[in-house]
Amino acid sequence: MITLKQVQKSYFNTATPLQVLKGIDMHVAEGEFVSIMGSSGSGKSTLLNILGILDDYDSGSYELAGTLVKNLSQTTAARYRNRFLGFVFQSFNLLPFKTAQENVALPLYYQKVSRSKRNQIALEYLDKVGIRDWAHHLPAELSGGQKQRVAIARALISKPRVVLADEPTGALDSVTSQEVINLFRQINRDEKLTMLVVTHENEVAAQTDRIIRLKDGQILLNE
Amino acid sequence: MIDLLQEIGYGIRKNKLRTFLTAFSVGWGIFILIILLGAGSGLLNGIIYQFRDGAINSIWIRPQRTSLAYGGMQPGRQLRFTNEDYDYVKNNVKGVEHVTARFYLWGEFTIRYKQNYSAFDVRSCHPDHRYLEKTLITKGRFLNDKDQLEKRKVAVIGTKVEEILFKGVEPLDKYITINNIQYKVVGVFDDEGGEQEVRQLYIPISTAQMAYNGGNRIHHLMYTVGDASPKENDAILNEVKKNIAERHRFDPNDPRALSIWNNIEDFKRITGVFDAIGIFLWVVGLGTIVAGIVGVSNIMLISVKERTREIGIRKALGATPSSIVSLILLESIIITAGAGYLGLLSGIGLVELIQWGLAQAGEQPEFFRNPQVNISTALYALLILVFSGTLAGFFPARRAAQIVPIEALKEE
Repeated sequence: MITLKQVQKSYFNTATPLQVLKGIDMHVAEGEFVSIMGSSGSGKSTLLNILGILDDYDSGSYELAGTLVKNLSQTTAARYRNRFLGFVFQSFNLLPFKTAQENVALPLYYQKVSRSKRNQIALEYLDKVGIRDWAHHLPAELSGGQKQRVAIARALISKPRVVLADEPTGALDSVTSQEVINLFRQINRDEKLTMLVVTHENEVAAQTDRIIRLKDGQILLNE
Repeated sequence: MIDLLQEIGYGIRKNKLRTFLTAFSVGWGIFILIILLGAGSGLLNGIIYQFRDGAINSIWIRPQRTSLAYGGMQPGRQLRFTNEDYDYVKNNVKGVEHVTARFYLWGEFTIRYKQNYSAFDVRSCHPDHRYLEKTLITKGRFLNDKDQLEKRKVAVIGTKVEEILFKGVEPLDKYITINNIQYKVVGVFDDEGGEQEVRQLYIPISTAQMAYNGGNRIHHLMYTVGDASPKENDAILNEVKKNIAERHRFDPNDPRALSIWNNIEDFKRITGVFDAIGIFLWVVGLGTIVAGIVGVSNIMLISVKERTREIGIRKALGATPSSIVSLILLESIIITAGAGYLGLLSGIGLVELIQWGLAQAGEQPEFFRNPQVNISTALYALLILVFSGTLAGFFPARRAAQIVPIEALKEE
C-alpha cells in the first residue's frame, strides 16, 4: 500500500540546510496497522506530512496505492488527500462552528456529494464510532474522547485507503486512549484498512502490528 | 451552491460586528456616490432652468463691419440687414422653425396712458418673436401676421408696464402713446427672464420701420432650429451665413462681418462644464468606495489570518485551492454587494425624498431643481459593487489559497 524508497527531505529556511529525513526506506502492506515512534526531532512529523501529501520531499520516491506521489500540483494533492487519505490529529481539528455531523460530512462536501446524502452517510459513521446521539452537538459540547471519535468518523467517511493518525491519544487520558486504540483496532480488523499511527506512547505502539522507530531522520528499527 | 453559501454564512455569522463595520463602509461609499450624483443632476437641472427664458435652440445674428477685402471693396464696410434677409431665412432655409427680426428704437421712449407716463424700452419684431423669448401671454394676444402685414399700430405690453401705466384699469383695447403716436394695447405678457424683460413693449416691426424711418432695415435676425442636433444646427447656420454673405457681398469666411450669438453653443459649453463636474463627482464617489474596498480587503485579510487553522483543516480534508478562493471571494462579494445595495437604495431614497420635499415646498431654488438618479447610474453602481467585491476579496483569497496545511495545523 505504501512504499518509500530513499526519501530525503531538507529544510532550507535556516542558515544551514537542515536534513530531516536522510533516506527512508519503508513498506506498509495493505491492511497493516503500523506505529511510528521516535523522539522529537527524529523526523516523524515530517515523515507523516509527506505520507499525508501535506508536504513535498526532495528525492527518492513515494508510492501510495500504486500511484507515484511526487511534485503534485496543489489541486491534485488535494484530490489525492480527499480520495486516499483520512487524517486524525492530536488536537482533533474539528471546525468549532459545525456540529459533529457536519464535521464528519465535510470531506464529502469536497467530493461534491449532495447535502442530504452526505449528512445521512455522516450519521452512519457517527453510529459506527458510537456517538450517533451527539450528532447535532458542537465540538465544544463534546468530551475529548468524543471529539476524537468524531475526527475518526470524519477520517473514515471518504473511504480512504490509508488512515494517518498523528498522536491520536496525545490529548486524552489513559482510559479514553485505550478506547480510541480499541476503535482503531476494530476498524483495522473490520474494514481491512491500512493504518499508520505516530505516537510516543509505548502502550499504544505495543498494540499495533509493527513498530517503526525513527532516529535522526533514519529508520532505526523495523520490528 | 447552497452549500457554498452556507459555508460563507458561517464565516459572516462568526464575526457579526466586524462584518457589519466593513459592510457599513462600503454601503456608505455607495450612499455618498448616489447623493453626489443626485446633487449633480439637481445643479444641472437648475442650470437648464436658468436657460428657460430664451429658446435653447436659438441663433441670433447681427451685422457688423467687414474685416476682409472682397470683390474690390475695402474692409471696414458697415453691413446692414434688410427685410430680404428675413424673408430669405423665413422662406428658403430648411430646418428653421421660428424666425424673427428686430428693429431697434434707440433709447427709452416715453409711454403715456392718460395722465400716467413713464420711460420703457420698445422692441419691434415679428410674431414669431414670442417663441424666441418664450414670452407668456397673460391677457389678450401677441402680435400676429395681420398686424405685421397691415402695419397696425398695436402694442403688447409687459406686466410691469401694465402695472405702472394702468394701475388696475383693464388695459386691452385702450390707447397708449409712444412718443406721440397712438397704439392700441392688444395683449399683456409676462416673461420668466426677470423684471427688465417685463418693462418693455412689443410693436410690429413693419409699423416701427414705417413710423421711425427705418425703411426696410432690420438690426437683428434670430431663428430657432427645432430639435436639430448640433451638427444640423451648424449646417443651417452655414447656409444662412453663406446666403447673407452673397447678398451683402462680403467674404463668407470673414470672422468679423457677423456677430453670431449661438445659444446652442452656450448651452453646450455650460452643460460641458457640468459633464466635467459630473466626472469630478464620480471620482470623489469612487474614491469613497475605494476606501470601503480597502476596508473590506483588510478585514478579509484578518479573517483569513484568523481562519488559517480552519483553512488548513479544509485543505487536509481535500479542499482544492480554487474552492478556498471561491469561499473567500464570494464572502467578500456578498458583503460588498449586499451592503452596497443597501447603500444604493438608501441613497436613491434620500434623493427621491429631497425631490419630493422640494416639490412639496412649491418654491424651488433656481440653482437646484429635480435631483434624480437614473437607472443607468444605479446599474453602473451595482457593477462597481460586484467588481469591487471581487477586487477586495482577491488578495485575501490568494493568501488563503497559499496557506500550507502543515503550518496551519501545527500544535499551538
